Amino acid sequence: MPPVSTSSSRLVYDALKASGVRLISALPETWLVHLIRMAEDDPDMTLVRLAKEEEGVGVSAGAYLAGVKSAMLMQNHGFLAAVNGIVSCAQLYRIPLLMLITHRGSFGERDPWQTEGGGVTEDVLRALRIAYQYLDQPASVAHRIAEAQTLAYSSNKPTALLLCRDLMWEP
Amino acid sequence: MKRLDALRAVYDKLSQRVVVTIMGAVAAELQSIGHRPNFFYLQHAMGLASSMGLGIALTRPELSVIVLDGDGSVLMNLGGLTTMARYRPKNLLHIVFDNESLLSVGGFPTATSTGSDIAAIARAAGVPRAAMVTSIDDFVRAFDEALAANELTTIVAKVEATGPSAYVTDLALLENRFQFQRYLARAGKA
Repeated sequence: MPPVSTSSSRLVYDALKASGVRLISALPETWLVHLIRMAEDDPDMTLVRLAKEEEGVGVSAGAYLAGVKSAMLMQNHGFLAAVNGIVSCAQLYRIPLLMLITHRGSFGERDPWQTEGGGVTEDVLRALRIAYQYLDQPASVAHRIAEAQTLAYSSNKPTALLLCRDLMWEP
Repeated sequence: MKRLDALRAVYDKLSQRVVVTIMGAVAAELQSIGHRPNFFYLQHAMGLASSMGLGIALTRPELSVIVLDGDGSVLMNLGGLTTMARYRPKNLLHIVFDNESLLSVGGFPTATSTGSDIAAIARAAGVPRAAMVTSIDDFVRAFDEALAANELTTIVAKVEATGPSAYVTDLALLENRFQFQRYLARAGKA
Protein backbone atom coordinates (compact mmCIF):
# COMPACT_ATOMS: atom_id res chain seq x y z
CA MET A 1 0.00 0.00 0.00
CA PRO A 2 1.42 3.44 -0.84
CA PRO A 3 2.02 5.74 2.09
CA VAL A 4 -1.02 7.85 1.37
CA SER A 5 -2.31 9.56 4.49
CA THR A 6 -5.64 8.23 5.72
CA SER A 7 -6.02 11.00 8.27
CA SER A 8 -5.42 13.77 5.73
CA SER A 9 -7.76 12.08 3.29
CA ARG A 10 -10.39 12.02 6.04
CA LEU A 11 -9.88 15.74 6.70
CA VAL A 12 -10.36 16.51 3.02
CA TYR A 13 -13.41 14.28 2.76
CA ASP A 14 -15.07 15.73 5.84
CA ALA A 15 -14.42 19.26 4.57
CA LEU A 16 -16.02 18.41 1.23
CA LYS A 17 -19.07 17.07 3.06
CA ALA A 18 -19.19 20.15 5.28
CA SER A 19 -19.11 22.40 2.22
CA GLY A 20 -22.24 20.69 0.95
CA VAL A 21 -20.77 18.35 -1.65
CA ARG A 22 -23.16 15.47 -2.39
CA LEU A 23 -21.72 14.20 -5.68
CA ILE A 24 -18.11 13.34 -6.40
CA SER A 25 -16.78 12.37 -9.79
CA ALA A 26 -13.39 10.72 -9.86
CA LEU A 27 -10.79 8.74 -11.68
CA PRO A 28 -8.56 6.60 -9.50
CA GLU A 29 -5.07 7.82 -8.74
CA THR A 30 -2.76 6.61 -5.99
CA TRP A 31 -3.12 9.71 -3.83
CA LEU A 32 -6.92 9.54 -4.10
CA VAL A 33 -7.45 5.93 -3.03
CA HIS A 34 -8.70 6.73 0.47
CA LEU A 35 -10.86 9.63 -0.68
CA ILE A 36 -12.54 7.50 -3.34
CA ARG A 37 -13.15 4.67 -0.83
CA MET A 38 -14.68 7.18 1.60
CA ALA A 39 -17.04 8.40 -1.11
CA GLU A 40 -17.85 4.81 -2.02
CA ASP A 41 -18.69 3.92 1.59
CA ASP A 42 -20.81 7.01 2.21
CA PRO A 43 -24.53 6.39 1.59
CA ASP A 44 -25.13 10.15 1.38
CA MET A 45 -22.61 10.61 -1.46
CA THR A 46 -23.14 9.89 -5.14
CA LEU A 47 -19.83 8.68 -6.57
CA VAL A 48 -19.50 8.80 -10.36
CA ARG A 49 -16.55 6.80 -11.62
CA LEU A 50 -15.44 8.29 -14.91
CA ALA A 51 -13.70 6.86 -17.94
CA LYS A 52 -11.98 10.20 -18.57
CA GLU A 53 -11.86 13.35 -16.48
CA GLU A 54 -13.52 15.67 -19.00
CA GLU A 55 -16.79 13.80 -18.49
CA GLY A 56 -16.73 14.96 -14.90
CA VAL A 57 -17.10 18.58 -15.99
CA GLY A 58 -20.36 17.67 -17.72
CA VAL A 59 -21.58 15.59 -14.79
CA SER A 60 -20.80 18.40 -12.34
CA ALA A 61 -22.41 21.02 -14.58
CA GLY A 62 -25.57 18.92 -14.76
CA ALA A 63 -25.58 18.35 -11.01
CA TYR A 64 -25.04 22.06 -10.35
CA LEU A 65 -27.88 23.18 -12.61
CA ALA A 66 -30.04 20.54 -10.91
CA GLY A 67 -29.21 22.09 -7.53
CA VAL A 68 -26.60 19.68 -6.17
CA LYS A 69 -23.09 20.63 -5.07
CA SER A 70 -20.31 18.46 -6.45
CA ALA A 71 -16.54 18.10 -6.62
CA MET A 72 -14.15 16.53 -9.09
CA LEU A 73 -11.25 14.43 -7.81
CA MET A 74 -8.46 13.95 -10.30
CA GLN A 75 -4.76 13.85 -10.94
CA ASN A 76 -3.16 16.89 -12.57
CA HIS A 77 -2.83 14.88 -15.78
CA GLY A 78 -6.57 14.36 -15.59
CA PHE A 79 -7.00 18.09 -15.19
CA LEU A 80 -4.96 18.56 -18.36
CA ALA A 81 -7.24 16.04 -20.10
CA ALA A 82 -10.31 18.00 -18.97
CA VAL A 83 -9.25 21.45 -20.14
CA ASN A 84 -11.62 21.80 -23.09
CA GLY A 85 -14.58 20.79 -20.95
CA ILE A 86 -13.53 23.32 -18.31
CA VAL A 87 -13.28 26.10 -20.91
CA SER A 88 -16.17 25.19 -23.22
CA CYS A 89 -18.65 24.08 -20.58
CA ALA A 90 -17.80 25.34 -17.09
CA GLN A 91 -16.31 28.70 -18.06
CA LEU A 92 -18.53 29.42 -21.08
CA TYR A 93 -21.65 28.74 -19.02
CA ARG A 94 -20.38 30.19 -15.73
CA ILE A 95 -20.61 26.98 -13.75
CA PRO A 96 -19.10 26.81 -10.25
CA LEU A 97 -16.83 23.80 -10.38
CA LEU A 98 -14.80 22.65 -7.40
CA MET A 99 -11.76 20.70 -8.55
CA LEU A 100 -9.41 18.79 -6.26
CA ILE A 101 -6.28 18.04 -8.21
CA THR A 102 -3.40 15.90 -6.98
CA HIS A 103 -0.21 17.79 -7.64
CA ARG A 104 1.92 14.95 -8.96
CA GLY A 105 5.33 15.55 -10.46
CA SER A 106 6.46 18.17 -8.00
CA PHE A 107 9.41 17.99 -5.54
CA GLY A 108 9.77 14.48 -4.18
CA GLU A 109 8.18 12.73 -7.13
CA ARG A 110 9.72 9.31 -7.76
CA ASP A 111 7.70 8.31 -10.83
CA PRO A 112 9.45 9.66 -13.93
CA TRP A 113 6.20 9.66 -15.93
CA GLN A 114 4.56 12.13 -13.55
CA THR A 115 7.23 14.78 -13.80
CA GLU A 116 6.24 16.60 -16.98
CA GLY A 117 2.68 17.36 -15.86
CA GLY A 118 3.83 18.60 -12.49
CA GLY A 119 5.81 21.34 -14.19
CA VAL A 120 2.93 22.79 -16.17
CA THR A 121 -0.10 22.38 -13.91
CA GLU A 122 0.06 25.77 -12.23
CA ASP A 123 0.88 27.56 -15.48
CA VAL A 124 -2.21 26.05 -17.08
CA LEU A 125 -4.37 27.00 -14.09
CA ARG A 126 -3.09 30.56 -14.35
CA ALA A 127 -3.55 30.66 -18.11
CA LEU A 128 -7.18 29.62 -17.56
CA ARG A 129 -7.48 32.27 -14.83
CA ILE A 130 -8.69 29.62 -12.39
CA ALA A 131 -8.25 30.67 -8.77
CA TYR A 132 -6.37 27.99 -6.85
CA GLN A 133 -4.64 27.25 -3.59
CA TYR A 134 -2.51 24.47 -2.16
CA LEU A 135 -3.78 21.94 0.30
CA ASP A 136 -0.44 21.21 1.90
CA GLN A 137 -1.07 21.06 5.64
CA PRO A 138 -3.85 19.59 7.75
CA ALA A 139 -4.55 22.79 9.66
CA SER A 140 -5.74 24.73 6.62
CA VAL A 141 -7.64 21.98 4.79
CA ALA A 142 -11.12 22.69 6.13
CA HIS A 143 -11.19 26.43 5.63
CA ARG A 144 -9.48 26.35 2.22
CA ILE A 145 -12.02 23.87 0.89
CA ALA A 146 -14.86 25.94 2.31
CA GLU A 147 -13.39 29.10 0.79
CA ALA A 148 -12.86 27.46 -2.61
CA GLN A 149 -16.50 26.39 -2.64
CA THR A 150 -17.63 29.87 -1.55
CA LEU A 151 -15.63 31.59 -4.30
CA ALA A 152 -16.79 29.11 -6.94
CA TYR A 153 -20.42 29.88 -6.09
CA SER A 154 -20.06 33.65 -5.73
CA SER A 155 -18.06 34.00 -8.96
CA ASN A 156 -19.86 31.26 -10.93
CA LYS A 157 -16.46 29.94 -11.95
CA PRO A 158 -14.26 26.90 -11.45
CA THR A 159 -11.86 26.92 -8.50
CA ALA A 160 -9.08 24.45 -7.79
CA LEU A 161 -7.22 23.02 -4.83
CA LEU A 162 -3.89 21.33 -5.40
CA LEU A 163 -3.50 18.32 -3.15
CA CYS A 164 0.20 18.38 -2.27
CA ARG A 165 2.61 15.66 -1.24
CA ASP A 166 3.15 17.16 2.22
CA LEU A 167 -0.53 16.66 2.98
CA MET A 168 -1.30 13.47 1.09
CA TRP A 169 1.69 11.35 2.07
CA GLU A 170 2.35 9.97 5.51
CA PRO A 171 5.44 11.70 6.88
CA MET B 1 -35.49 10.89 -42.24
CA LYS B 2 -34.84 14.56 -41.53
CA ARG B 3 -33.80 15.48 -38.01
CA LEU B 4 -36.20 18.43 -38.02
CA ASP B 5 -39.12 16.10 -38.80
CA ALA B 6 -38.02 13.70 -36.06
CA LEU B 7 -37.87 16.60 -33.58
CA ARG B 8 -41.31 17.80 -34.66
CA ALA B 9 -42.72 14.29 -34.22
CA VAL B 10 -41.77 14.14 -30.52
CA TYR B 11 -41.79 17.87 -29.69
CA ASP B 12 -45.01 17.80 -27.67
CA LYS B 13 -43.66 14.93 -25.57
CA LEU B 14 -40.69 17.07 -24.53
CA SER B 15 -42.83 19.65 -22.76
CA GLN B 16 -42.68 18.11 -19.27
CA ARG B 17 -39.18 16.67 -19.57
CA VAL B 18 -35.67 18.01 -19.11
CA VAL B 19 -33.90 18.26 -22.47
CA VAL B 20 -30.16 18.72 -23.02
CA THR B 21 -28.93 19.08 -26.60
CA ILE B 22 -25.60 19.34 -28.32
CA MET B 23 -24.52 22.32 -30.40
CA GLY B 24 -25.16 22.95 -34.06
CA ALA B 25 -28.12 21.78 -36.08
CA VAL B 26 -29.92 20.02 -33.20
CA ALA B 27 -29.92 23.14 -31.05
CA ALA B 28 -30.91 25.46 -33.88
CA GLU B 29 -33.66 23.19 -35.18
CA LEU B 30 -35.21 22.57 -31.77
CA GLN B 31 -35.25 26.32 -31.19
CA SER B 32 -36.84 26.85 -34.60
CA ILE B 33 -39.76 24.65 -33.51
CA GLY B 34 -39.99 26.54 -30.26
CA HIS B 35 -37.70 27.13 -27.29
CA ARG B 36 -38.90 26.14 -23.83
CA PRO B 37 -37.33 26.87 -20.43
CA ASN B 38 -36.74 23.15 -19.89
CA PHE B 39 -34.41 22.97 -22.93
CA PHE B 40 -30.66 23.49 -22.49
CA TYR B 41 -28.38 23.73 -25.50
CA LEU B 42 -24.73 22.93 -24.77
CA GLN B 43 -23.28 25.08 -27.53
CA HIS B 44 -19.71 23.80 -27.28
CA ALA B 45 -17.86 21.15 -25.27
CA MET B 46 -18.63 18.41 -27.78
CA GLY B 47 -19.35 15.12 -26.11
CA LEU B 48 -20.45 16.49 -22.76
CA ALA B 49 -24.21 16.81 -23.35
CA SER B 50 -24.64 13.15 -22.37
CA SER B 51 -22.46 13.71 -19.29
CA MET B 52 -24.62 16.70 -18.30
CA GLY B 53 -27.73 14.63 -18.80
CA LEU B 54 -26.21 11.94 -16.59
CA GLY B 55 -25.43 14.50 -13.88
CA ILE B 56 -29.02 15.76 -13.90
CA ALA B 57 -30.56 12.28 -14.08
CA LEU B 58 -28.50 10.97 -11.16
CA THR B 59 -29.16 13.93 -8.89
CA ARG B 60 -32.85 14.38 -9.77
CA PRO B 61 -34.34 10.91 -10.18
CA GLU B 62 -37.87 12.37 -10.12
CA LEU B 63 -37.26 14.15 -13.45
CA SER B 64 -37.36 12.61 -16.93
CA VAL B 65 -34.19 13.63 -18.78
CA ILE B 66 -33.70 13.44 -22.54
CA VAL B 67 -30.32 14.06 -24.22
CA LEU B 68 -30.33 14.96 -27.91
CA ASP B 69 -26.87 13.96 -29.07
CA GLY B 70 -25.08 13.57 -32.40
CA ASP B 71 -22.64 11.13 -33.96
CA GLY B 72 -19.72 13.58 -33.94
CA SER B 73 -20.26 14.39 -30.26
CA VAL B 74 -20.69 10.77 -29.17
CA LEU B 75 -17.52 9.79 -31.00
CA MET B 76 -15.65 12.43 -28.98
CA ASN B 77 -16.81 10.88 -25.71
CA LEU B 78 -17.24 7.15 -26.30
CA GLY B 79 -16.06 6.54 -22.75
CA GLY B 80 -19.09 8.50 -21.59
CA LEU B 81 -21.30 5.68 -22.87
CA THR B 82 -19.59 3.32 -20.44
CA THR B 83 -20.15 5.77 -17.58
CA MET B 84 -23.83 6.19 -18.49
CA ALA B 85 -24.18 2.41 -18.74
CA ARG B 86 -22.43 1.91 -15.41
CA TYR B 87 -25.01 3.99 -13.52
CA ARG B 88 -27.85 3.42 -16.04
CA PRO B 89 -30.32 5.92 -14.59
CA LYS B 90 -33.86 4.82 -15.46
CA ASN B 91 -34.90 8.42 -16.05
CA LEU B 92 -32.44 9.08 -18.90
CA LEU B 93 -33.20 8.70 -22.61
CA HIS B 94 -30.22 9.21 -24.89
CA ILE B 95 -31.07 10.04 -28.50
CA VAL B 96 -28.27 10.23 -31.07
CA PHE B 97 -29.04 11.89 -34.40
CA ASP B 98 -26.55 10.21 -36.71
CA ASN B 99 -26.04 12.06 -39.99
CA GLU B 100 -22.63 10.43 -40.50
CA SER B 101 -20.96 13.82 -40.73
CA LEU B 102 -19.75 16.90 -38.92
CA LEU B 103 -22.39 19.00 -40.60
CA SER B 104 -21.86 22.39 -39.01
CA VAL B 105 -18.15 22.48 -39.86
CA GLY B 106 -18.26 21.56 -43.52
CA GLY B 107 -19.97 18.19 -43.60
CA PHE B 108 -16.89 16.04 -43.35
CA PRO B 109 -17.78 12.37 -42.83
CA THR B 110 -17.49 10.79 -39.38
CA ALA B 111 -16.58 7.16 -38.70
CA THR B 112 -20.26 6.17 -38.70
CA SER B 113 -20.10 6.77 -42.47
CA THR B 114 -17.61 3.92 -42.75
CA GLY B 115 -19.42 1.43 -40.57
CA SER B 116 -18.99 2.38 -36.91
CA ASP B 117 -22.32 1.50 -35.29
CA ILE B 118 -23.16 3.70 -32.30
CA ALA B 119 -26.17 1.59 -31.25
CA ALA B 120 -23.96 -1.49 -31.17
CA ILE B 121 -21.24 0.42 -29.30
CA ALA B 122 -23.81 1.60 -26.74
CA ARG B 123 -25.11 -1.95 -26.31
CA ALA B 124 -21.59 -3.29 -25.93
CA ALA B 125 -20.82 -0.52 -23.43
CA GLY B 126 -23.62 -1.90 -21.29
CA VAL B 127 -26.52 0.42 -22.07
CA PRO B 128 -29.49 -1.86 -21.29
CA ARG B 129 -31.60 -0.82 -24.28
CA ALA B 130 -30.25 0.41 -27.62
CA ALA B 131 -31.85 0.66 -31.04
CA MET B 132 -31.15 2.10 -34.45
CA VAL B 133 -34.02 3.57 -36.47
CA THR B 134 -34.24 4.98 -39.98
CA SER B 135 -37.82 6.24 -40.28
CA ILE B 136 -39.98 8.72 -38.41
CA ASP B 137 -42.52 6.03 -37.47
CA ASP B 138 -39.82 3.78 -36.05
CA PHE B 139 -38.24 6.73 -34.25
CA VAL B 140 -41.51 7.71 -32.55
CA ARG B 141 -42.19 4.08 -31.63
CA ALA B 142 -38.70 3.63 -30.16
CA PHE B 143 -39.08 6.95 -28.27
CA ASP B 144 -42.41 5.89 -26.73
CA GLU B 145 -41.14 2.40 -25.90
CA ALA B 146 -38.04 3.79 -24.22
CA LEU B 147 -40.08 6.07 -21.96
CA ALA B 148 -42.50 3.27 -21.16
CA ALA B 149 -39.66 0.84 -20.43
CA ASN B 150 -38.33 3.15 -17.71
CA GLU B 151 -34.78 2.00 -18.42
CA LEU B 152 -31.72 3.76 -19.82
CA THR B 153 -32.01 3.67 -23.60
CA THR B 154 -29.87 4.89 -26.48
CA ILE B 155 -31.77 5.46 -29.73
CA VAL B 156 -29.64 6.10 -32.79
CA ALA B 157 -31.74 7.86 -35.43
CA LYS B 158 -30.14 7.86 -38.87
CA VAL B 159 -30.89 11.28 -40.39
CA GLU B 160 -30.04 13.16 -43.55
CA ALA B 161 -27.01 15.43 -43.46
CA THR B 162 -29.07 18.59 -43.83
CA GLY B 163 -29.46 21.38 -41.35
CA PRO B 164 -30.66 24.91 -40.84
CA SER B 165 -29.20 27.84 -42.79
CA ALA B 166 -27.85 29.43 -39.61
CA TYR B 167 -26.71 28.11 -36.22
CA VAL B 168 -26.67 31.25 -34.09
CA THR B 169 -30.04 32.08 -32.58
CA ASP B 170 -31.21 35.07 -30.59
CA LEU B 171 -31.14 33.08 -27.35
CA ALA B 172 -27.97 34.05 -25.48
CA LEU B 173 -26.04 31.16 -23.96
CA LEU B 174 -26.17 32.53 -20.43
CA GLU B 175 -29.85 33.46 -20.71
CA ASN B 176 -30.54 29.84 -21.61
CA ARG B 177 -28.37 28.58 -18.74
CA PHE B 178 -29.98 30.70 -16.01
CA GLN B 179 -33.49 30.08 -17.31
CA PHE B 180 -32.82 26.32 -17.37
CA GLN B 181 -31.37 26.37 -13.85
CA ARG B 182 -34.46 28.22 -12.63
CA TYR B 183 -36.69 25.69 -14.34
CA LEU B 184 -34.88 22.84 -12.58
CA ALA B 185 -35.14 24.63 -9.23
CA ARG B 186 -38.90 24.88 -9.61
CA ALA B 187 -39.47 21.49 -11.22
CA GLY B 188 -40.89 18.89 -8.90
CA LYS B 189 -41.57 21.48 -6.18
CA ALA B 190 -45.02 22.47 -7.49
